[in-house]
Amino acid sequence: MKIVVLVKEVPDTYGDRVLNLETGLADRAVGDRVLDEIGERALEVALSYADAHPGTEVAVVSMASDAAAATVRKGLAMGAGSALQVVDEALAGADLGLTAEVLAAAVKRVGFDLVIAGNQSTDGSGGVMAAMVAELLGVPHATALSTVEIGDDTVTGTRTSDGANMQVSAPLPAVISITEALPDARFPNFKGIMAAKKKPFETVTVADLGVDADPGARPWSIMTAIAAKPARAAGTKIVDEGDAGAQLAEFLIQNRLV
Amino acid sequence: MTDFAADSILVLLDVTPSGALASSSAGLLGAAASIGTPVALIVGDEKLAAEAGALGAASVLVASADAASLGVPVVDALQAAVARVQPDAVLVSHSVEGRDVAGRFAARTRSALAVDAVGVARDDEGVLAQHSVYGGAYTVTSAPTYGTFVVTVRQGAVDARAEAVSDPSVSTLEVTASGAPAASVLSVDEVVQTSTRPELRGAAKVVSGGRGLGSGEKFALVEQLADALGAAIGASRAAVDAGYVPSSYQVGQTGVSVSPQLYVALGISGAIQHKAGMQTAKTIVAINKDADAPIFDIADFGVVGDLFTVVPQLIEALAAKKA
Repeated sequence: MKIVVLVKEVPDTYGDRVLNLETGLADRAVGDRVLDEIGERALEVALSYADAHPGTEVAVVSMASDAAAATVRKGLAMGAGSALQVVDEALAGADLGLTAEVLAAAVKRVGFDLVIAGNQSTDGSGGVMAAMVAELLGVPHATALSTVEIGDDTVTGTRTSDGANMQVSAPLPAVISITEALPDARFPNFKGIMAAKKKPFETVTVADLGVDADPGARPWSIMTAIAAKPARAAGTKIVDEGDAGAQLAEFLIQNRLV
Repeated sequence: MTDFAADSILVLLDVTPSGALASSSAGLLGAAASIGTPVALIVGDEKLAAEAGALGAASVLVASADAASLGVPVVDALQAAVARVQPDAVLVSHSVEGRDVAGRFAARTRSALAVDAVGVARDDEGVLAQHSVYGGAYTVTSAPTYGTFVVTVRQGAVDARAEAVSDPSVSTLEVTASGAPAASVLSVDEVVQTSTRPELRGAAKVVSGGRGLGSGEKFALVEQLADALGAAIGASRAAVDAGYVPSSYQVGQTGVSVSPQLYVALGISGAIQHKAGMQTAKTIVAINKDADAPIFDIADFGVVGDLFTVVPQLIEALAAKKA
């Protein structure tokens, strides 16, 4: 069994996140950059299976700038056997369509029985990538799974859909995405961190993958305008001296909020 | 053969497991009507066509699909509908189902895809999608370089409603199956909303509780205030992680994003992760023991105090006002 896990470096949601108002791109110099937690959980699903099934290969795949290599390497420290990172200046500002093409090509290069992704990244919150990659790979998708059972030739699970829980099953090869309902990821230990340095870490370009990143090659979704919302200012702040509840009720009534 | 308007906007309406139109339909058709002539695609019962008309669909295409096959039959139907209608844009709900269909369709047809739009617009060059990103800190507009624009629309984000069409033209859509491999749906267990409280997503008022509540039992205080205000109930990630409430209550970057008229934060410190999901609320009220809690930086009315004395007094004062 070969499992590919899609991971992504994102701005830490516990810090301020900034978009460059000139380019519309994320400002990487501001705040911490971390491996997206949902991707870590996806990796945990793969690693738990590998723990119980010797001979399982787990690879992490990511599309990111050079600077993200250390973040992707965390996947190796956690226990993945190899990593492939697509790095190319032509990918700055890539839309969802190009990103999906690049990831699908990267997954094909690595080879896979099962692809696992998080359901939604914390930065883009797109929630479409797993389905897009599945379409491009010509395999079934089973997204938003809150439980996952990997068999020899099928993957099954509970899909937390809109207003329904459904049991779904897909023959392998397949692409799945998982939700936050699945367990937290393990921490890399010292042994894992040391071992990560010796594991295969391949860096490839779009040309290596045979992907055409030319914006004229197909329709693109582009950003045409960007503005920062003015920051909220603090309003009235009172310390309770026995009548705060009454004062608050008065505030709500005056502002027609009740 | 129905002719479709040159400015047609194709809208894929979600159908619930019990066979009704999803609640997102009104907003999707409202958004479509603001930029063109709404044409609805329903993959389900033809009886829903009249309902789509009442929500503003000028014409309705109805297709049937194998519900035991996950997503792919709906993508095939959407592809057939786009070929027939030649729309300027395709609007799909940013629901779990809608995202899968929009993603697969855009990848299959190499169409430009914009996701999680909070609104749509049109300029001389075509359809634009408006987004609120990083928890509402930025507004961004996107557009396709060319071709049909596929846009998923955040549920509850569009307030505009289209004028009812009493007699929409209804036609059956013939769909050629793509044969793309799909997962099987083995069983569906519809989660029925039993609460009389409003749903968190799209609620006009939200009362959220955090770790300051101290326990799952004491979270009842949040419910009491929510009921006094007619509000939906939310929670911070800390409260969810502590097991006070299920994760479906979570407001924030990794949970539900809300933009209500009133947001009341009880015992919530206001980590950026939480603020990202609620800072677009019109009015924010916070009660917290810790005077330095970051939530006070964005609160319109902040109370530094013990929520177990302040909230009951607030509920009493509200009841007295009503009496």
